Amino acid sequence: MKPPPFSYHDPETLEQAVELLATLDNAKALAGGQSLMPMLNMRFVLPDHVVDLNRVSELSGIRRNGQTIEIGAMTRQRDLEFSSEIATACPLMSEALTHVGHRQTRNRGTIGGSLCHLDPAAELVCVAAALDAVVEVVGPNGRREIPFAEFPAGYMSPAIDFTELVSRVTFPVWPRETGHAFVEFSRRHGDFAIVSAAAMLLLDGAGRVSRAVLALGGVGAVPLRMHDVEAALIGQAPTAELIRRVSETCRTVEAVGDVYVPASYRQHLACVMSRRALETALSRADRSAAAA
Amino acid sequence: MDSVADTRTIELRVNGKAYSRPAPVRMTLSDFLRHELKLTGTHVGCEHGVCGACTILFDGRSARSCLMLAVQANGHEITTVEGLANGKDMHPLQAALSDHHGLQCGFCTPGMLTTLVELLNDNPSPSAEDVRVAISGNLCRCTGYEGIVAATLDAAQKMRAGAGGRS
Amino acid sequence: MSGRIVGQSVERLEDRALLRGEARFVDDISFPGMWHVAFVRSAHAHAMILGVDVSAALDVPGVHAVLTMADLEPHLSDRLLRVALPSPAYRQELHRPVLADREVVHVGEAIAAVIADSRYIAEDAAALVMVDYDPLPVVSDCRDAMAENAPRAHRDAPHNLAAEFDMGYGDCDEAFAKAAHVFRENYWQHRGVAQSMECRGVVAALEPMSDVLTMWSSTQTPHAGKRVLCGLLGRDEDKLRVVTPDVGGGFGPKLVFYPEEAVVALAAQIYGHPIKWIEDRREHFVSTTQERDQHWDMEIAVDAQGQILGLRGTLLHDHGAYTARGVNVAYGSAAAITLPYVIPAYQLDIKLVVTNKVSVTPIRGAGQPQAVFVMERLLDRVARELKIDRAELRRRNLVAGAQIPYKTPLKTRGGMQVVLDSGDYPACMAAALERAGWEDFPRRQAAALAKGRHIGLGVANYVEGTGRGPFEPVSVRVAENGRIHVASGAAAMGQSTKTMLAQVVAEQLGCDMSNITVVAGDTGAIELGMGGFNSRQAVMAGSSAHAAALKVRQKALHVASHMLQVGEQALEIEGTAVRLKGGGAQVELAEVAKAVAGLPGYYIPGNVEPGLQATEHVIINDMTYANGTCVVEVEVDAETGLVRVSRVVFAHDCGRVLHPKIVEGQIIGGIAHGLGNALFEWMGFDENAQPVSTTLAEYLLMSSTEMPPPIEILHLESPSPLNELGIKGVGESGVIPMTAAVASAVEDALAPFGVSIAKVPINPPDLISLIHGASQEMRA
Ligand code: FES
Ligand code: FES
Repeated sequence: MKPPPFSYHDPETLEQAVELLATLDNAKALAGGQSLMPMLNMRFVLPDHVVDLNRVSELSGIRRNGQTIEIGAMTRQRDLEFSSEIATACPLMSEALTHVGHRQTRNRGTIGGSLCHLDPAAELVCVAAALDAVVEVVGPNGRREIPFAEFPAGYMSPAIDFTELVSRVTFPVWPRETGHAFVEFSRRHGDFAIVSAAAMLLLDGAGRVSRAVLALGGVGAVPLRMHDVEAALIGQAPTAELIRRVSETCRTVEAVGDVYVPASYRQHLACVMSRRALETALSRADRSAAAA
Repeated sequence: MDSVADTRTIELRVNGKAYSRPAPVRMTLSDFLRHELKLTGTHVGCEHGVCGACTILFDGRSARSCLMLAVQANGHEITTVEGLANGKDMHPLQAALSDHHGLQCGFCTPGMLTTLVELLNDNPSPSAEDVRVAISGNLCRCTGYEGIVAATLDAAQKMRAGAGGRS
Repeated sequence: MSGRIVGQSVERLEDRALLRGEARFVDDISFPGMWHVAFVRSAHAHAMILGVDVSAALDVPGVHAVLTMADLEPHLSDRLLRVALPSPAYRQELHRPVLADREVVHVGEAIAAVIADSRYIAEDAAALVMVDYDPLPVVSDCRDAMAENAPRAHRDAPHNLAAEFDMGYGDCDEAFAKAAHVFRENYWQHRGVAQSMECRGVVAALEPMSDVLTMWSSTQTPHAGKRVLCGLLGRDEDKLRVVTPDVGGGFGPKLVFYPEEAVVALAAQIYGHPIKWIEDRREHFVSTTQERDQHWDMEIAVDAQGQILGLRGTLLHDHGAYTARGVNVAYGSAAAITLPYVIPAYQLDIKLVVTNKVSVTPIRGAGQPQAVFVMERLLDRVARELKIDRAELRRRNLVAGAQIPYKTPLKTRGGMQVVLDSGDYPACMAAALERAGWEDFPRRQAAALAKGRHIGLGVANYVEGTGRGPFEPVSVRVAENGRIHVASGAAAMGQSTKTMLAQVVAEQLGCDMSNITVVAGDTGAIELGMGGFNSRQAVMAGSSAHAAALKVRQKALHVASHMLQVGEQALEIEGTAVRLKGGGAQVELAEVAKAVAGLPGYYIPGNVEPGLQATEHVIINDMTYANGTCVVEVEVDAETGLVRVSRVVFAHDCGRVLHPKIVEGQIIGGIAHGLGNALFEWMGFDENAQPVSTTLAEYLLMSSTEMPPPIEILHLESPSPLNELGIKGVGESGVIPMTAAVASAVEDALAPFGVSIAKVPINPPDLISLIHGASQEMRA
């Protein structure tokens, strides 16, 4: 179980990295290595060139910018986990990170790597879907921004060209009064979720839902936004009964099945996890502030 | 050695000692440490990033060395299990693992130790739950983890009290 | 009897090197310029091999050879590894070839060995070896294999029956005829993989001066390995040495002799060059032996009070593709099922069925966990149907303390009567129930249920045969510098064997553990040996170590009494010296050893045989039976099917305890393994017998966060009358009752839904469908 032969490149600037990806044939970008390296060791991927992004320092960093928070693609999951900026501006991500892998993998794994790998069960992918993150990519033709809803082209395939690199991910900051919740069902701590749910609820002065988000990871081939559920909540008083009822509609989502988990079980979990996420988010939503 | 792929000279410090060694660029860091530097204390249990036996400290942070290329360590600082004791004096975690029978075959032990050294640096007073979470990415088939958790709590307490290791 | 060293939790001899990264596992052994092997393995579960083209692989720079059977055959006395234990039950011979060259019968079977400068290059070249396969129909599920028109797992075999036998006694027909109640159930325990954290590995090197070929292998049975290799390679015994270095866990499969050992040793002999092969984790999933897959169709007959009258049924055992060890796993199951209970009539028909999957040989527990699962499930069924408390039902049927030693009507595979030698099973169960709060549990359960929480308690008893004989030699020698050297055929694989032997020896020879060196598992250090399996090493090697140490002690005292001119009775051995009791005149063990080494022309003091040493092979034919009771508490999330084990109480009796911490460590490790079997570990194959779990991300081992809070272990100590030290084996006990106890607890927790568990591992999707009223899916 050893990596196949390849040539190795370790550019120091984004420009060099983009240049390399644009000119080399069959090149793979190496970020934190927590997904690519196992695939190399198992020879599931056979690149001629590996372009290592770990020396490109401009790709790392967390920056609050008014109502958004910008995260460099090579920012390590550990740095997000310990960032007070993230904890205040994006608590959903902080909570999701407690489910991401293990301390050794978070020390190396990056947000950009996770999004590009685009495992539908990955926590950060679900968070990006929930929060309508904006992915900035850089390629030979310069920069462009992709709303996350358009980022997945299919199962584990981002809608970017192989000459392009994700450079930055921008998350909107929700009001402090928002209730958030990230819950997941996995067999063991740190395993990929079988189903995860991310919810955000904001209440208006009358205690009705003014903004709502529900995203599901692990259910389908790509992370799912439950727009119907969101619409059904908005303007309503979020009673336990309502939450139960809207969550139950998730039973009809299109789900993938495999030898370990039948699709019907994923659909079942989609309901359970949705309800739990919405309930927790509601319990955390600040009614008094909204009322004030 | 590898005659097919590219080779690079790697300069790094391991356990405080400087090394400069050529290595094929595709060589994993675990293989480089074990077979080029002959530091065989770091073990390889899966080579796909699940078992944690290969955990080392990379610039002080725990990392799976089977998921890194040796070239990526160029210019960096690494600690392996061989670097934990202070001469004959074992690190308090090492002594505690022995006291609490936190190892049987000892194959997972180097990865446990490096991971737990990082934990105690981050958090000198962990709870049993903190310890369990910290080693959730280190598989052990022998001990059922209990002795390891007990040893870590004991070592943490001794380290807080300023006690040293054992020779 | 506790000694100063024996019975104490002394520091382990093994720890220091392991903790400092200074141990020597097989992959830590290297020679300058050593070559490395990668195997080309079958991609098909069943196919004819039409041809193997190695030319492209040979062209890769750095490749030295690509060996197929055609290259090896001229050097081998036999194409096959004939290692099966004898049994009249076989219905066909299924020996593994050294390399497959005509037919492959499971995915992962080795076809060719690529030898290169590095493993990296060897893998590059292995990918270029072109094997021309003609795929054949596949036998994936052992239940389908016995059908009239089922395909054959081996093309030319007459059928798919590897072996069959029956076991039983008493008159079952009569017992069932007069029974007040008869219940019938099907049970299935799924396949598991040993998953020692260290995979297998072999290094071999020929020493040209002496022409000795040495093989270092992570094997549990170096002496057996040497015998096989000597035969295969036609080498004299003194020209071959097999060494077990530090081993990163065995758990059973490393007791088997494997094709890779033969190939690497032979290649080192052919090329006169040191060669290494290290199994990677993916290979471990398809080439290291597996266990557990069994289907039982069972009936139990009871009277109106739940007293067992009879037990009968069939056991279908998935044997895998070859006979890599014997019929012993199925035999162990059949022999274990009745042990804790008084069962007047028993009849089991056992079929070992060939499939196109990795061969089955013992893994920790060796057939016994399945048997206990079935017996305890049946008892829970009886209890439920007759509305008797589950513990009470067991109490009515356990072998009573006063009945022990209890001569069961059963025989071991060697034909020896099974006698339950010591212990008090009802007392053991009572201790566990009491600690677990069994009586009070229904109240707690009802209170939890009122809050919507489903908690449950389960119980399981086991009796385990340990200490498989007939012997394990140990030599004890005091060197002329006073250091005590212990050598044994026992093999250390992480279960503290060296510490155990040193303790037993130190107790007699000065109580200084630091003065003892132990070599375990080196055919160069001791001629005979059996190795590690069947929880036997403390019993067998421990007994021999005790006998040998006593002999050396007597000799040392005798010689020293002559040297010091005092009576032997007045002397004791303390530290590294023989001295007058309580202090005073003394002579160092080193001096005694020198004195008995002899001087030309002088008497040896005391007129003894030269050398301060002894080798003993204590023969113990009868197995000694350990027992225990496990109570497990779980909480089941009835919405997701997640089972959380919240408490484990484990009361057990393994006779006299040599080292309490080691014993507890063995038990907890076994419990973790058993919890994995109960809830997580699933070695999947599809209908083409292609493995679907081939990484540790798919095959789930217990991790620290899934373990219950600290396990509560209660020790009962009924010394075995069968050996001097009174000990019984313990290395496998933890695993044995776990699937049964967990299933019992889950069923209890989900009693409001009427869920019944007949299969492990219990996975959440299954539980959810059970809760929703379906019955458990019994296909893969
Ligand atoms: S060897 Fe690196 S995680 Fe298993
Ligand atoms: S001590 Fe053997 S794997 Fe942990």
